[in-house]
Amino acid sequence: MKGYDLLQLAVRNLRQSKLRNGLTTVGISVGVASLVAMLSLGVGLQQMATRRLAGSGLFDTVFVTSRQDFRGFDREDDAKNPHPEQAPVLDEPARVRITKLTNVTEVEPEIRVMGEVVSGGETHFGFVTGLPMSARENEAFDNLKGKFFSGNDADEAILLTDFAKELSPKNPSEVIGQDITLRYGERQALAPEQSDQPQMAGGENNASAGGSNGDDFGFSVVRKLQKLRVVGLIDAEPYGGMRTVSRGRIFLPVGATERLNMAQFTDMRSSLRGASGKSYMTLTVRVKDPGKVAAVQDAINRMGYRTFSVLDATKSLRRFFTVLDLFLGIFGSLALAVATLAIINTLVMAVLERRREIGVMKAIGASDLDVKKLFFTEAGAMGFFGGVLGIVLGFAIGKAINIGTGIYLHRHQLPAEAVWTMPGWLVGAAIAFSIVVSLLAGLYPASRAARLDPVQTLKYE
Amino acid sequence: MGESLIRAIDGVSLTIEPGEFVALLGQSGSGKSTLLNLLAGLDRPTSGSVVVHDRDLAKMSSEELARYRRNDVGMVFQAFHLIPSMTITENVDLPMRFAEVDRAERVQRSRESLERVGLSKRMEHRPSQLSGGEQQRVSLARALVNRPPLLLADEPTGNLDSRTGEDILNLIRDISLSLGMTVVMVTHERVLAERFAQRLIFLADGKLVTEEVRA
Repeated sequence: MKGYDLLQLAVRNLRQSKLRNGLTTVGISVGVASLVAMLSLGVGLQQMATRRLAGSGLFDTVFVTSRQDFRGFDREDDAKNPHPEQAPVLDEPARVRITKLTNVTEVEPEIRVMGEVVSGGETHFGFVTGLPMSARENEAFDNLKGKFFSGNDADEAILLTDFAKELSPKNPSEVIGQDITLRYGERQALAPEQSDQPQMAGGENNASAGGSNGDDFGFSVVRKLQKLRVVGLIDAEPYGGMRTVSRGRIFLPVGATERLNMAQFTDMRSSLRGASGKSYMTLTVRVKDPGKVAAVQDAINRMGYRTFSVLDATKSLRRFFTVLDLFLGIFGSLALAVATLAIINTLVMAVLERRREIGVMKAIGASDLDVKKLFFTEAGAMGFFGGVLGIVLGFAIGKAINIGTGIYLHRHQLPAEAVWTMPGWLVGAAIAFSIVVSLLAGLYPASRAARLDPVQTLKYE
Repeated sequence: MGESLIRAIDGVSLTIEPGEFVALLGQSGSGKSTLLNLLAGLDRPTSGSVVVHDRDLAKMSSEELARYRRNDVGMVFQAFHLIPSMTITENVDLPMRFAEVDRAERVQRSRESLERVGLSKRMEHRPSQLSGGEQQRVSLARALVNRPPLLLADEPTGNLDSRTGEDILNLIRDISLSLGMTVVMVTHERVLAERFAQRLIFLADGKLVTEEVRA
């Protein structure tokens, strides 16, 4: 029998006993729904955890330093590289190469300097930190008052609310939109003839050191003023204050801090090195997702730099979620196992009921295989419809879980969070799984139907 | 259950010519239905052979037997054996589905077949809406639809009144003559058999008793 005819006949047969087959299909759908709801919960929890980790900005980031610097932190690494002076410098070409690595989304230097804000005749001291544009995703900006930076090069600042209180004790929010003046030290290249005679006794706005940079002969630090528009306030330091760049009270776009050429503490180190060209102390490399961190780290290591990431935490997290998914899957499958018994029962009943019909079909030319296929197709069709219905049902259950947790979180003054997510692959996989399970359940009834002896079934009763 | 082997058909040797109308007669339990089932390929002999068109049914696989039943045999039963949930057309259509006939041709052939038995106006009815005679006509249309050379009828008039029974047998004879179909009919109504069949074969206890050839 042709496939289409088979399917048509099967669906037609199913419709003959609507109630029984309908109930069986609902049984399958409940099984599929529970499986889908459980697995989606697992996926949702995993995504939530990953989102939290990504939000912390620690797990998708690789910190890169030159092996010339920070000796002594990693003895194993030091032992492997006994000649730090030969290690490559973390300079602009290196930054470009790292930017071009696959799965790297952003490479920014860590810039943190001291600065002063002049306001109403008073000066307020604070650390000035350059933030990459990706920091917007950080959870610290979830409760951002005002706006984020308009661009990586904008002359804008975001302040810690505590710092804004210093500027405007009564109403810190009114600082947003105002201009402030930032006083900072700019790193200025020295002219070649000055380099041989370092001016140790600088004026109030002048310090110098012999060394390297784009400024090959050393640099001086000059006091500068820069007008900035305050665009937003945040309550807490980004990245949970766990990264160098997060420790500050005045935040600027990292591009702006680079353009302003702010002198950093670490410039002293590079001034001693004697190599030419601008170099970075630390680059933070953002990776597309935490799973790709290891690969990126390897690639940068091969370039000769030292890397650091909080990778191990994500590894054990993945292991935890694999186990969780497994258990959720097993619990979810229990209902489907019961549904399987229902299919077997329904089809065995159908075989008994349709004994004569099967006999007639055989007498007019159906082969054993045709009969087997017919019952098989009926089982598969129930599986398909059950699967589709199950997805819908599972979706409804998931929505209910999300709404429920949303209300719970709201009561505890926490932001709403989707703990349940149904990924696209699960929809297809659940329907396919439902069909396969139904076909397996159909094996016995179908072969039983195929074995029926037409002579016996057609005997006139 | 430890049943002893019952020889429903024992040592029957019989040749049927193409286009012949043969009636198998005998008491119930005489083995006439078993002989018909052997010819239909629904049953297999424990020994001996059933040769149809030079092919031995006893040696065929179940798949080959199914193909034989589909293409070479049409069957009509005492209880009609239509599928109650299907319409008349669907019932007639069913053997062609197993024979994998194209959809367009199936529609055409069902109509032709139903016209031949005089039921072209009731195609969308269900079997339960028809009289016994009409149901037997549907059953006959179904048996003819794959154009088999052999028609096997198991007590085709057993559930019908004598008048309707005669109509059916007339129809079977006409079709047999016009299509050159071989007909083997099981019956216990000797009068009808004598009127329609060219040859009567009497069975008792699984053995051939006598044979009677009519003009």
